[in-house]
Amino acid sequence: MLEDIDLVIEAGSFVALLGPSGCGKSTLLRFISGLDRPASGSIALSPGADEARPSTRPKLSFVFQDAQLLPWRSVLDNVALPLELQGSSRAQARERARGPLAEVELSDVHERFPDQLSGGMRMRVSIARALVTEPSVLLLDEPFAALDELTRQRLDERLRKLWQARRMTVIFVTHALAEAAFLAERALVMSRRPGRIVLDHPLQLPENRVFELRTNAEFVAQTALLYRALQEHGALEDAPHAPEQARG
Amino acid sequence: MRPSATRELLHSALPPALTFVLVIALWEGAVRALAVPKFLVPPPSDVLLATWTERAALSGALLTTAQGAGLGFLLSASLGTSLGLIFSLSRWLERGLYPYALFLQTVPIVAVAPLLVLWFGPGLRAVSVSAFIVSVFPIIANTLAGLRSVDPRLADLFRLYDAKLLDTLLKLRLPTAIPSMMTGLKVASGLSVIGAIVGEFVAGFSEGNAGLGITVLAAYRQLRTDLLFAAVLLASALGLLLFALVSSLSTLLLRRLRAHG
Repeated sequence: MLEDIDLVIEAGSFVALLGPSGCGKSTLLRFISGLDRPASGSIALSPGADEARPSTRPKLSFVFQDAQLLPWRSVLDNVALPLELQGSSRAQARERARGPLAEVELSDVHERFPDQLSGGMRMRVSIARALVTEPSVLLLDEPFAALDELTRQRLDERLRKLWQARRMTVIFVTHALAEAAFLAERALVMSRRPGRIVLDHPLQLPENRVFELRTNAEFVAQTALLYRALQEHGALEDAPHAPEQARG
Repeated sequence: MRPSATRELLHSALPPALTFVLVIALWEGAVRALAVPKFLVPPPSDVLLATWTERAALSGALLTTAQGAGLGFLLSASLGTSLGLIFSLSRWLERGLYPYALFLQTVPIVAVAPLLVLWFGPGLRAVSVSAFIVSVFPIIANTLAGLRSVDPRLADLFRLYDAKLLDTLLKLRLPTAIPSMMTGLKVASGLSVIGAIVGEFVAGFSEGNAGLGITVLAAYRQLRTDLLFAAVLLASALGLLLFALVSSLSTLLLRRLRAHG
């Protein structure tokens, strides 16, 4: 599924991983997280350290496409879950969950349940849950794909601010070009399956990013560059020359 | 009561109530008009009368059967849930034991009831084992299915944080499984009454405590069809009561878990 991926990601960088559906970008993310293992090749999260010892492994969090909250737990208890799983007492975990919830501005809904929240709020809870362990690596797999445009823009801005404040390594999988350009310091474009990295592009855009950036000429040029890379590698699924389109 | 609630109750309760009244009236009228012998089909008024005159014996029988069914149900709820849990932990154990659990479902209970008397002794013990055998399988199967239905991405989340087996069980698998487990318990609650009655047919008498199954047999031998009807109706009511109990428990639990069963 993946081919010839040779990639070094610097600690503290924000990388967007772009590609068409099914190119293997989610698979690559799962390999990095350790949830799956590649058939060949290796991944080192902190090269040089003894990866077999859990204490030296960098802390890692994963944000899934849907918020993936436990419906029977309140917002606060959902955010506290990772700490509980790692051995904290419930009271201690709940106390420490308050910080990340404040960071995503959900302090007033602690005792609500996921079915009482909007999609955007659920995703913010999911991000708070990922931050609660103070991870040094944050992996996000198309987290905002199902949200409306306005909510998505707000969450993009928030995620960018969180990264600026914490400087953890972020790997963000998306198929939205503008979102990748808006968020990341570096964009990786993957080809159609078998996935290869066809473009490794540093995004030279201002540090503080707000909505107005999206109309900036430099931003538009960078997005266009990513678009051409995607198009060139036959990645766009509705390309006019695709044979399926010929049928009436 | 709010007017909308009254209307809702009327909407849900009125049709079955009307059906009931209509059927009873037709039954009473037909039996009287056609002069059907009472030992074949007694009119509802006779059944009601028999229920009243035999109330002491019937309520004793109801209590006895309720004990057998209740004990059998508790047995299958605890053992069935545990077995489902054990099967979910090991594919090996599941493959080794599941076919024999299925055997409990397919064994003709009437045929093995005499064995139960030999092994467990007559009366309550054989009766509750019979109720257990009839009701345990749906609990095992539904517990197992529920524990296996965990969302793979939530399982990933737990794996990512190196969750211990016990944490994964208590904080993910069991809460996920509860709606399905409740379905199994509801099915089992009705079955346990059937199992108890069948058990009583063979093993019922012990220290003068006769259950509804014995009452049915005795009424049949004396051609007291009115009493037979009364006992059968009481047995059905007992099944419904047990079902309603488990159902309301399930509704409460599911509401706490914010799940939809």
